[in-house]
Amino acid sequence: MTASVHAAHLAQLNVATLLHPLDDPRIAPFVEMLDPVNTAADGAPGFVWRLVEEGAADATALRPAGEDVIINLTVWETPEALWDFAYRSGHLEAMRRRREWFQRHVEAHLVLWWVPAGHLPTVGEALERLADLRAHGPSPRAFTFASSYTAAEAAQHLQPVRPGKP
Amino acid sequence: MEDIDAIAALQDPVRRRLYEYVVAQGREVGRNEAAEAAGVGRTLAAHHLDKLTEAGLLESGSRRLTGRSGPGAGRPAKVYTRARAERAVSLPARDYRTAAELLAEAAEQAGLDAGLCAAARRRGEALRGSAAPCSGLEEALAMLAARGYEPHLESTASIQDAEGAKETTGEAAAVVRMRNCPFHAVAERFPPLVCGMNLALLEGLLGTDGPVRARMDARPGACCVVVESSKTNIH
Repeated sequence: MTASVHAAHLAQLNVATLLHPLDDPRIAPFVEMLDPVNTAADGAPGFVWRLVEEGAADATALRPAGEDVIINLTVWETPEALWDFAYRSGHLEAMRRRREWFQRHVEAHLVLWWVPAGHLPTVGEALERLADLRAHGPSPRAFTFASSYTAAEAAQHLQPVRPGKP
Repeated sequence: MEDIDAIAALQDPVRRRLYEYVVAQGREVGRNEAAEAAGVGRTLAAHHLDKLTEAGLLESGSRRLTGRSGPGAGRPAKVYTRARAERAVSLPARDYRTAAELLAEAAEQAGLDAGLCAAARRRGEALRGSAAPCSGLEEALAMLAARGYEPHLESTASIQDAEGAKETTGEAAAVVRMRNCPFHAVAERFPPLVCGMNLALLEGLLGTDGPVRARMDARPGACCVVVESSKTNIH
């Protein structure tokens, strides 16, 4: 039990609905930030993995949640590592300007959940967690920064249905 | 300890000097160093530093300052840093924090970033109280210190040593960073909204077309904004 808690990583999905297509000049400042910010993520303390499209530098061309919805799927060692990257790095500048590029979401647009270390979440699994959060509110299965759960809490709740396959 | 008791612990002038010195360093401070800075003996400094720790204003730890370990390395030295907890007293009781959190939550949900930033920029301009933009990094340091940001100059390694050069060129070799976020509690809960507000406030305060400018450059544990000479290249 203790070992499984220590071997947990935090998965993160967020979705963002573009106000304009990615090749529109109005989105250019965001597109210019993609490479430097992704490079910063790759080198950030506690970074484990991020989804990229095969043969591409990022996941912006994958549109599993809608034609104009870009997704960001990552795994981190701890919530603190993810928080520091999201809000205490060059990524904050992209967040600050989010209203210039993305629609305001009425529903949750970010979901966090624990995965066994080494497990790389699939897009389907990630969208399920977002749907879970939207339908049932924060729980150890799917939560947010403001309503966070520890890996131990998640392990306790998820023991019987813990996903085992990578 | 109640906030009012913790704050009352600072009434002693020696204690207050020690507290302010430790806070201003932004790192662990040993007893000898603090005693010297406050102009008192080591024993008296140690007594007051421990009182400040008891009051919850400082945190103490121990560190071997020599870097050696094992037998013969000597006793670890006691070191002090500012405690993370916030202390506030309002008479009569006021609760602006709950108001700020609720307003921020509503602004976040409604997507009011642009309106908030416009208000913050106007407020910054009003606080500046002069038509002229901030004249340089020295003035920026004073303005930011007055607003509780705890600014300090940090030399930028990438720029050649300009020490001793005249003010105008010397400024390019340094940026102002801030140890304290005056909006910490709400900024932690709604970072893009509140950090954006903070940047707009500082842009208004310093002026946007003057010799210095504010720009976002967030780092862990510090204010998200950096102030630099406008001549510094944008990268």
